[in-house]
Amino acid sequence: MATRRTAGWPPPPQHETDVKLEAIDLKKHFPVTGGFSIAGGRASIKALDGVSVQVAEGETLGIVGESGSGKTTLAKLFLLLQRPTAGVLRFDGKDLQAFGRDDLARYRRAVQAVFQDPYSSLNPRMRVEHIVAEPLPAESGESRAVVRERVRDVLQLVGLPRESTALYPHEFSGGQRQRIAIARALVTYPKFIILDEPVSALDVSIRAQILNLLRRLQEQLGLAYVVISHDLAAARYLSTRLAVMYAGKLVETGACDAVYTEPLHPYTQALLSAALPLHPSARRSRIVLGGEVPNPMSPPPGCRFHPRCPSAMPQCRTIEPEWREVRPGRFTACHLY
Amino acid sequence: MSEPSPLLVVDDLKTYFYTRRGVTKAVDGVSFTLAAGETLALVGESGSGKSVTCLSLVRLVPEPAGRIVGGKVLFEGEDLLQKTSAEMRRVRGKQIAMVLQDPMTSLNPALTIGTQVGEVVRLHQRLHGTALRERVLDALSRLRIPAASTRLHQYAHQFSGGMRQRVSSAIALACAPRLLIADEPTTALDVTIQAQYLDLLKEVQASAGVAVILVTHDFGIVAANADRVAVMYAGKIVEMGSTLQVFNAPAHPYTQALLSCLPDVDLKRHQLVEIGGQPPDLANLPTGCSFAPRCPRRQPICEEAFPPMVPVGDGHTAHCWLAPTAAARN
Repeated sequence: MATRRTAGWPPPPQHETDVKLEAIDLKKHFPVTGGFSIAGGRASIKALDGVSVQVAEGETLGIVGESGSGKTTLAKLFLLLQRPTAGVLRFDGKDLQAFGRDDLARYRRAVQAVFQDPYSSLNPRMRVEHIVAEPLPAESGESRAVVRERVRDVLQLVGLPRESTALYPHEFSGGQRQRIAIARALVTYPKFIILDEPVSALDVSIRAQILNLLRRLQEQLGLAYVVISHDLAAARYLSTRLAVMYAGKLVETGACDAVYTEPLHPYTQALLSAALPLHPSARRSRIVLGGEVPNPMSPPPGCRFHPRCPSAMPQCRTIEPEWREVRPGRFTACHLY
Repeated sequence: MSEPSPLLVVDDLKTYFYTRRGVTKAVDGVSFTLAAGETLALVGESGSGKSVTCLSLVRLVPEPAGRIVGGKVLFEGEDLLQKTSAEMRRVRGKQIAMVLQDPMTSLNPALTIGTQVGEVVRLHQRLHGTALRERVLDALSRLRIPAASTRLHQYAHQFSGGMRQRVSSAIALACAPRLLIADEPTTALDVTIQAQYLDLLKEVQASAGVAVILVTHDFGIVAANADRVAVMYAGKIVEMGSTLQVFNAPAHPYTQALLSCLPDVDLKRHQLVEIGGQPPDLANLPTGCSFAPRCPRRQPICEEAFPPMVPVGDGHTAHCWLAPTAAARN
């Protein structure tokens, strides 16, 4: 990959293996403490209840779903900001539980994050130089001059002037701040970037700039993205593969375009039909869902979507559908298939 | 044309904010009309003046920093800007109602839903006791809030996001207003809940004959819900027309750019057209057209004077020096 040698980017190692980031049956339950204990037992919010996904180098996995579906919890587990209740995170073929100090440091360099709101994700009292250099470990032994040069390189890479190092975040507009956040993620030369709603907080006219920048950086640097979004159009624009979540579980995964053109799970169908087309004469048959997203403390038995599902069958109420490959490359958990 | 006189005429409305950094012209000469039962979408980015326009219509601009410095707001022929505060209080909630973005903050967490819906009916229609209760139940069930008679006694935190927005719409529609101002009503809602809410709103609007000003930055919502669109940029309406006109033949370069810079759910990955530059600084606007610094088709004249309103089609206007040539081409 000759394209990867950009602005001081390290040359790829000789025997580059296909590094994978995997989540295997991840669960995250938050105990509910304080107040009344429900039915005597310890109640917990099942934010993530058995999710398995993998991201290969260079691809973009889009994770879509409504609020409360567990998208952000999954991102936090990938970033080691929270420990899973059960399940395994695997990186480069090795379980994270078995990681030593060096492995962990390598993981943290390889997996970086860009958050939704660049007004709260950048410390207002730090200069850009320190914000961007912060993910670099203090003991890396690099001299200040080298670090500064690296910061300038990544700033240039994201389309900011190399001289902006001495400025503070308030001197930048929203779109520029998001570029600073991207530069901070790039400074460790990562392989994976977790993007949690990367454009939702930005003005409409700025979104295209950031979306195009993310695509360009991916092509230039061979990055893999995990894009978490409730914006179905932005997710489609960035993703190569798509995972749809509902109430803490995956309902469907597949190649992005395939899922958008032919959604299999009734929830995916309803979700995509609810996205409004960008033209007044483009009419689509809308599947309007009744009801609400289930309570994460006591999700319904059987399929979690059955109370709202237009094609629910008797067994959906009792038997939880199995996660299966129903077409080549297309996985879903639904009794219809 | 033999049209009846419009419900609302806004003429050259100006609302400025006086801050330490100078005068911010949040709304700078906005004019539009709205017929009864019609839906007008105000679209624009944050800071374009959509919300301040709405607040100015009901005279809720935060004072003393903000002031309506000029213009007319004729509602059913009467100028709202000339009314006393007591008179305005009788207009708000009765003839003109508002639904705000986040129902969690617009509803009072310490009062039951029934009290909050009842408050507006009690004040404007002087109903009490069972008659009041009937009206409240009716208002809630019109927005399809299930089990309204028990939910009446519940608080906002016991409702889901979508249900909360229905409650605040029930408050808005309880006194059968002629005009509903909905300021980003679905931004805090999920996509499937947004679809539910917008469908319901459309239905209620049609049955009650309410005119709606729908503030949004989402062109998908505009396409699906509005009869007419006004595109705002830096405190001014830069283009206005029917929804079909604006989507099919956008005349202002800003509208054109906005429509082509959005990713579309129906389209595969294609390169998005970027709008260069940054949103304008309202306290420090350029002399000519405010969009000129970012405009791909900028001419020398654009930096000298703000372009006049040019008709580019039947009821379709744009403030752009290039619009006449665009109109000639159509």
